[in-house]
Amino acid sequence: MAQELTGAEIVIKALVDQGVDTIFGYPGGAVLPIYDALFQQNKIRHILVRHEQGAVHAAEGYARSTGKPGVVLVTSGPGATNAVTGLTDALMDSIPIVCLTGQVATHLIGSDAFQECDTVGITRHCTKHNWLVKSPQELTRVMHEAFYVATHGRPGPVVIDIPKDVQFQKGEYTGPQNVVHRTYRPKVKGDIEKIKQAVDLIANAKKPVFYTGGGIINSGTVASQLLREFVRLTGYPITSTLMGLGAYPASDKQWLGMLGMHGTFEANNAMHDCDVLINIGARFDDRVTGRLDAFAPHSKKIHVDIDASSINKNVRVDIGIIGDCAHVLEDMLRIWKSKARRPDKDALSAWWKQIEAWRARKSLSFKTNDDIIKPQQAIQRLYELSKHRETYITTEVGQHQMWAAQHFPFEQPNRWMTSGGLGTMGYGFPAAIGVQIAHPDALVIDIAGEASIQMCIQELSTAVQFMLPVKIFIINNEYMGMVRQWQELLHEGRYSHSYSDSLPDFVKLAEAYGATGIRASKPSELDDAIKRMIDVPGPVILDCVVDKFENCYPMIPSGAAHNEMILGDDAEGATVSEEGKMLV
Amino acid sequence: MKKDETIERHTIAVLVDNEAGVLARVIGLFSGRGYNIESLTVAEVDQAEHTSRITIVTVGTPMVIEQIKAQLDRLVPVHRVMDLTVEANSVEREMALVKVAGTGERRVEALRLADAFRARVIDTTHTSFIFEVTGAPTKIDAFIGLMRPLGLVDVSRTGVVAIARGPEAM
Repeated sequence: MAQELTGAEIVIKALVDQGVDTIFGYPGGAVLPIYDALFQQNKIRHILVRHEQGAVHAAEGYARSTGKPGVVLVTSGPGATNAVTGLTDALMDSIPIVCLTGQVATHLIGSDAFQECDTVGITRHCTKHNWLVKSPQELTRVMHEAFYVATHGRPGPVVIDIPKDVQFQKGEYTGPQNVVHRTYRPKVKGDIEKIKQAVDLIANAKKPVFYTGGGIINSGTVASQLLREFVRLTGYPITSTLMGLGAYPASDKQWLGMLGMHGTFEANNAMHDCDVLINIGARFDDRVTGRLDAFAPHSKKIHVDIDASSINKNVRVDIGIIGDCAHVLEDMLRIWKSKARRPDKDALSAWWKQIEAWRARKSLSFKTNDDIIKPQQAIQRLYELSKHRETYITTEVGQHQMWAAQHFPFEQPNRWMTSGGLGTMGYGFPAAIGVQIAHPDALVIDIAGEASIQMCIQELSTAVQFMLPVKIFIINNEYMGMVRQWQELLHEGRYSHSYSDSLPDFVKLAEAYGATGIRASKPSELDDAIKRMIDVPGPVILDCVVDKFENCYPMIPSGAAHNEMILGDDAEGATVSEEGKMLV
Repeated sequence: MKKDETIERHTIAVLVDNEAGVLARVIGLFSGRGYNIESLTVAEVDQAEHTSRITIVTVGTPMVIEQIKAQLDRLVPVHRVMDLTVEANSVEREMALVKVAGTGERRVEALRLADAFRARVIDTTHTSFIFEVTGAPTKIDAFIGLMRPLGLVDVSRTGVVAIARGPEAM
């Protein structure tokens, strides 16, 4: 039976019916009716952030660590424009977000009213879809459709722009079961003939490699389980993108580590030399492929992706399978088993012998000393001292992010939250807040840089207000480290504006917000500082002062191929081609 | 030139829900990803169902054309994308309104040529004609070319509309 409710009440009821228990937001004039409806209920918890960008990143952390959509509520104008970075981030990394924005009243739209902006116009390019709701009669349908669109197919952010008068007016409410989208029917089952061909190709491979990505994580924990089963059944090596870490356990002997620009020597060389490349839920991103015309040049390529536009976008593949990773993996496993497939044992053992030779180069090694903390060492100690706990890691963007991906192994999916596609400095800390909200008893650590952390540092207030024991682990090298590294490699060491001058005292900064601040400057202080950071209740900043000039290796220079990696030891004479300099 | 690098011209029909902003989505996709639009037409084709049909003429390498279709297809309000250049044998038409000003012999010549092109006169003054001409884009190009020395002053073209031959719906 349809009920008459105000627009604001429809919003809240739809959220509850969609199973939402937490939203991240910031009030303002154009969303006051919704905030009033929030005030008069107790089913939905509202987390007040300190900047709308933080709200979206927090919702991303919440979504990525739970598999549920993250929900954001912001006001019109600057509220909406501040959310744009987070929305773009979620679009690039395929994170389901439902963002509600207030809008000026319908009769004021287009009049340059106070705090008016063309929200649907601005966010059209950074959402999967968006709606301007011009009457309360449409609101129920749009609310339910929004959740459907955000979470089905390739997940992504959606925006619902709701004018203030619509929030006050009355309309009919119906439950989600009564709303069916007119057009959007993403395909989840892969073409069975193509899957059979793929299984044949996989079974006959001599030098195969699995290359998996964030699609496995987005598909859900079942996809990770199926992947593990399939990979173990074949005995083939597996690598993953930054976004896919945790889908396959890092402790397993078939695991090669991450691939790509800062991937391991063994992963990248295996990609280069393989004869069958099995891409499941990754998108041939430029950080992964390096020089396209030299990418896995002797291989047949299989690509499983839920988004048809990802297939043949950057790299032409031999078998493209459109479908959800879990469904396709299930079919692959079934066909593999029913045909009693066996990999070519001799070829495989020769392949593994080659891979072990690459692995023996120990491309992630680094030298420690007693005087100064090495950033890699800091992350390794953080792992050792937190691995027995339920630990979730988020990062900002830069060297620390790559070191975290290299040196902090993950055994499970949904434990690693990072901004991969957009590369958003300022992502990690609010994301950690979102993760902590969803997992109140877990240890949640933002591995940060001293530059990135300042981009959303205001959220310390949020962490203190909601008593969220998020730990901020700052790898402080007093530089925008990745920028400095590139200036060293590409611009003859002219460190143009990459020095983090006039840094705050992070210990005092933490204290000023009512959190705890700790500093570690010597290797001998590191373990105690990390233990204290973990043990102290409430939010903590650990300012870990590290070697200023450590570079992140191994590295594929821009415009180079996978087998042209620079390793740490022979990095001295590293050069980048003229073409490579044009790339980012 | 490798086969993959040859530039092809394709006519693509897109059936969409006629909702606010749908055309902006399509155009934004082309500008945002650097694709070309040679012509674009749009109008509602089913009032009861609120569906519109967009016809786009675009050029690109086969890989780019494939991307354009996949990108269009993943827009949420899109019902169907059809490449009329490869999926079907199709017919294309465009209409133009062509204004030609002049007197004396040039005026007579314009009228004579218009007749040869089966263009209709839909407005006239003592010093001007407006012709309505329909056909394939190349025919319209030719007509406009012939009118230029005879006092062409204004052209308004609809862009291409296209439809597959045979009994099937899109």
